[in-house]
Amino acid sequence: MHAPTPVSRRDALKAGGAIVVSFVFAATTRYGGAQTPASPAGPRPLDPSEVDGLLAIHADGSVTLYTSKVDVGTGLRIALAQMAAEELGVSPTRVSVVEGDTALCPDQGGTGGSTGLTRGGNEIRAAAATARRALLNLGATRLNRPATDLTIADGNVRPTGGGAGIGIGELIGDRRFALKVDPMAPVTPAARLTVIGKPLPRPDVPAKCTGRHVYIQDFAVPGMLHARVVRPPAIGATLVSVDEASVRAIPDVRVVRLENFLAVVARDEWAAVRAVSEIKATWNNWEGLPGHEGLDRYSRAAAIERDQEIVNRGNAPDAMRAAAKTMSATYFWPFQSHASLGPSCAVADVRPDGTASVWCASQGIHGLRTNLAKVFGIAPDKLRVTFLDGSGSYGTNGTDHVAADALLLSKTIGQPVRVQWMRHDEHGWDPKGPQQLLDLRAGLDTAGRIVAWETEMWVPNAAPGARALLAAEGAGLAQEHGTGSGAITQNGDPPYAADAVRVVAHLIKNTPLQLSNLRAPGKIANVFAVEGFIDEIAEATGVDAIEFRLTRLTDPRARDVITRTAAAFRWDARPSPNPRARQGSLLIGRGVAYMRYKQNENYVAIAMEVAVDPASGAVQVRRVVCAHDGGLIVNPDGLRNQVEGCIVQTLSRALHEEVTFDRSRVTSVDWASYPILRFPEAPQLDVILIDRPDQPLLGAGEAATAPVAAALANAVFDATGVRLRAAPFTAERMRAALANG
Amino acid sequence: MPSYTFRLNGRAVSVDSWDPAQPLLYALRGPLALHGAKFGCGLGQCGACTVLVDDAPARACQLPVNAAAGHTITTLEGFGTPERPDPVQAAFIAEQAAQCGYCTSGMIVATRALLARTPKPTVEQIRQGLAGNLCRCGTHTRIIRAVMRAAQEV
Repeated sequence: MHAPTPVSRRDALKAGGAIVVSFVFAATTRYGGAQTPASPAGPRPLDPSEVDGLLAIHADGSVTLYTSKVDVGTGLRIALAQMAAEELGVSPTRVSVVEGDTALCPDQGGTGGSTGLTRGGNEIRAAAATARRALLNLGATRLNRPATDLTIADGNVRPTGGGAGIGIGELIGDRRFALKVDPMAPVTPAARLTVIGKPLPRPDVPAKCTGRHVYIQDFAVPGMLHARVVRPPAIGATLVSVDEASVRAIPDVRVVRLENFLAVVARDEWAAVRAVSEIKATWNNWEGLPGHEGLDRYSRAAAIERDQEIVNRGNAPDAMRAAAKTMSATYFWPFQSHASLGPSCAVADVRPDGTASVWCASQGIHGLRTNLAKVFGIAPDKLRVTFLDGSGSYGTNGTDHVAADALLLSKTIGQPVRVQWMRHDEHGWDPKGPQQLLDLRAGLDTAGRIVAWETEMWVPNAAPGARALLAAEGAGLAQEHGTGSGAITQNGDPPYAADAVRVVAHLIKNTPLQLSNLRAPGKIANVFAVEGFIDEIAEATGVDAIEFRLTRLTDPRARDVITRTAAAFRWDARPSPNPRARQGSLLIGRGVAYMRYKQNENYVAIAMEVAVDPASGAVQVRRVVCAHDGGLIVNPDGLRNQVEGCIVQTLSRALHEEVTFDRSRVTSVDWASYPILRFPEAPQLDVILIDRPDQPLLGAGEAATAPVAAALANAVFDATGVRLRAAPFTAERMRAALANG
Repeated sequence: MPSYTFRLNGRAVSVDSWDPAQPLLYALRGPLALHGAKFGCGLGQCGACTVLVDDAPARACQLPVNAAAGHTITTLEGFGTPERPDPVQAAFIAEQAAQCGYCTSGMIVATRALLARTPKPTVEQIRQGLAGNLCRCGTHTRIIRAVMRAAQEV
């Protein structure tokens, strides 16, 4: 029907793009199980410490990179190609990327925490630099010249002073380097970079804009059946009975029940969709959730697993008692969903010989394989997990769950199965970003210096282990029940001069909803609180928000992003609130926020202008200026796209997004009950990228999200004189705040 | 099994369906093997499945296949190819106006319809014209730029 035509790996490479390669290969080797394909030079090692693990140079001089880091719309593919091309002296158009295949790609970790380039890219660059040195030595032998007289350009090793060279494909083509990656292998110095730093277009965009890019949602294998899972109407409900006759009128539908796991499988996808909406099943009642109303009180009263001291510098409690003036405030951030635009999808094929393949959009293929193998009783070396692009994911959305759904069903019925979640599945069952409650206190001396700072945060405890898979839970299979949601306690302390600082996290024992890492885990809320509270202190001391920050920062890179943001914004220095806020029926204000991501990565400052309509409560962000310093820039256009996305997506989270739930289930299960930002709200964006070629590169997928909510709330205060300390800043909340303000 | 005939991307096609209420989207993505239009919500809320029906934008997840019969359907694949993109596709590529790209098909189809109605839209008209299409990655400002570029070149 729409299965891809078998093509050999080498043909695919000649045909072009990286995406095509990984897709075609994944499809055509499905009967090969999890074995590494034999090559004339023996199998490639799946080891990121081996040059051959991360790259191969073919006889025609083209290059293939192998990485477990995956491009989830971030531009990682072109950036990795640029980093390798720079060191190998080849055009980036000659570099393909095979990503996210446990049979082909060494484990460089999952794609998260903005490590695609910091780990994935830098390891590949070191492998390429090691290969470059080896190629120069091979060339020295062949050309009978000292390696120091040679260089590599346009895929040829040739004398620096000119003369005949030899192609890298001829030197090593499809044979192994058999070398450890040397992290100290010299890389191209900053002044001589020619490929790194160029805004090269992404290879996947033309296919995405013409409907030819193959997403996991578009992928098929011969004989594949379509399934939908019937999730319980309450999170902890158990299945009492199923009326299979209720779907008998729909052609070729099979009902699969494994304890509390219920699914319908059909040859035709629409039949599966009809069946899942029409099947009659009886579940018992379950009311184990607290409901989303009053989650701040719930968090404060919840049982605590343990307290964790995050920062303790000086004696904050004593300094607080001695302070001339103290202030305090409480901030809250709700549960939020990844809300991926396309529901998660996976295809699984468990074969009679005991081998199995799973195709999915997981950001962590190796970790997922380990967990799936353990839970479903398949030897890891018999299970192959292959990434294909999905709808954008911003951490772990429903994709690992749907992979387990498909694997369990294929294992049960012995045929390849595709499962795509419905919209209400994705919104209802994707693991969520956690709720966060923060109490902040500051002590000031008579000159307005911060002499004491205390942050107390109530956040879910990260119990160790893999996240429980819904399918395994339903089927009653033993598994781990980890509750990690990323490094959610970072950036809870101010980046400014303060004599004594203490940050304590009260780690809540249980979480009402399953959690995962959602873009910039924890940091958006923590910076919202810290930078909102800093704004409150600046206001209380009658000082302009930019001036307040600059007088308390010495790091020149920190000062640089703030001063550049202020200049581009044409910041009018004055205390808040805005004395001339009213323009017609609207209230106008501006706010700023700054942070250094994880206190040791990117520097980001954001200023924005808002217009608040006091009649409706609607908050319109008119323009945003952001200065971003992430060290060395590999691809400025890719970076800009990420920073823009960080800003707009976080505006959506701050303005609109809150997962709602009752005692039984999530109730925000579509785009009406979980609205996100739409085009009429999209602001004018001005992103200033600060390139520091002599500094290490830093990841870009998250940092610019962190100051957004704070800058927005500070701008709303400037416009209205009302402080919003709980997200989202919906029109209804804004109206109520103005009425109480 | 009943068969439904319509024009699809310039050629006459016929598709069998056991259910006249089957949304067109499933016929496109299944037997017709066109994957440009995406399933996003199945509720007509997100725009990822937008196609042109007789040159007007429609949600393929809401349009029963029997209602599509006899009409002219155009999907993203009907506009151009990676090698020969149409002007709107070329503008999106030039502006790199995508991240994950899952919404892109709906955006480009909606843009074609917008430019047919309003050949030289203002930024505000673009914002309103695409208000029914959701983008989760936050690529809105690039998409607006791509539409402006396309309007100059169409």
